[in-house]
Amino acid sequence: MNIEQKVKEIIVEELGVEESEVTNEANFIEDLGADSLDTVELIMCFEEEFDIEIPDEEAENLVTVAKAIEFLKSELD
Amino acid sequence: MYNLEDKIVVVTGGARGIGFSITQKFAKQGAISIILDLDQDAIDKAVKEIDDAGYRALGYNTDVTNNKAIKKLFNKIYDEFGKIDILVNNAGITKDGLLMKMKEEDWDKVITVNLKGTYNCTQAISRYLLKQREGVIINIASIIGIMGNAGQANYAASKGGIIALTKSTAKEFAARNIRVNSIAPGFIKTKMTDKLSDEIIDSYSKAIPLSRMGLPEDVANLCIFLASDQSSYITGQTINIDGGLIM
Repeated sequence: MNIEQKVKEIIVEELGVEESEVTNEANFIEDLGADSLDTVELIMCFEEEFDIEIPDEEAENLVTVAKAIEFLKSELD
Repeated sequence: MYNLEDKIVVVTGGARGIGFSITQKFAKQGAISIILDLDQDAIDKAVKEIDDAGYRALGYNTDVTNNKAIKKLFNKIYDEFGKIDILVNNAGITKDGLLMKMKEEDWDKVITVNLKGTYNCTQAISRYLLKQREGVIINIASIIGIMGNAGQANYAASKGGIIALTKSTAKEFAARNIRVNSIAPGFIKTKMTDKLSDEIIDSYSKAIPLSRMGLPEDVANLCIFLASDQSSYITGQTINIDGGLIM
């Protein structure tokens, strides 16, 4: 499974949203209804799934699906 | 009434004193009590006593000041039981002395065990509770954290800190149906209060409206209430249990 698919799968699972809602442009808070705790949980899930550490400064920037995918791809390459 | 059957309860410092009374009480309510403590002999004794009475408990020898070890342990507990329901942050120490002469290490040690230990365990359990959308955290503070006490600046600061930590945690976790409250015991008969000077005990006993020291069981009873659905609308509070000493 590629990174993009896995990331979207985690978002669907963690935020309890439909797969169709998880577009690349979707903003976690504005479009997918996440609150601040959800975003922290989401980051922790990415860390666990991909076995990396995401510094807080980076985490703050990961506000959309695309940004998360882009960041994780660059980290894991 | 309290419906704590099969709940997974972690009690830090749960092998002795007030902690053991809490551990025991939860086990008697049908919960599985998990003791975190530093004293292996005390853990063995506590587990055996609960086991012999036909209830369920187990113990881990661990140090609440070790953030990484605590995270690993909560992960292990979660893996084993598939959930964790209740955390009682009870582990605490005193190293008394007048502030002018208080050693830096005594200040650090008390703050680290009492306050940082509470932070460590709360952080470690939070991801599981948040995911579950259910759970209760009970922090054992002290009336000393509210009223202060000569000779206990470090202890008072740590307990006052716990009360503030309780309120912040309650606000952060409320959206996930997780309640966080503090209990502030007054003078309770334990080995810790045995260490207090007779003068201190005398002066406070006179000031207690119910004119007696409390028992560990009094604190445990309140814990059970705060852990149960009977208190489902109470969060962020500090409840004094002190025979009316401070009102």
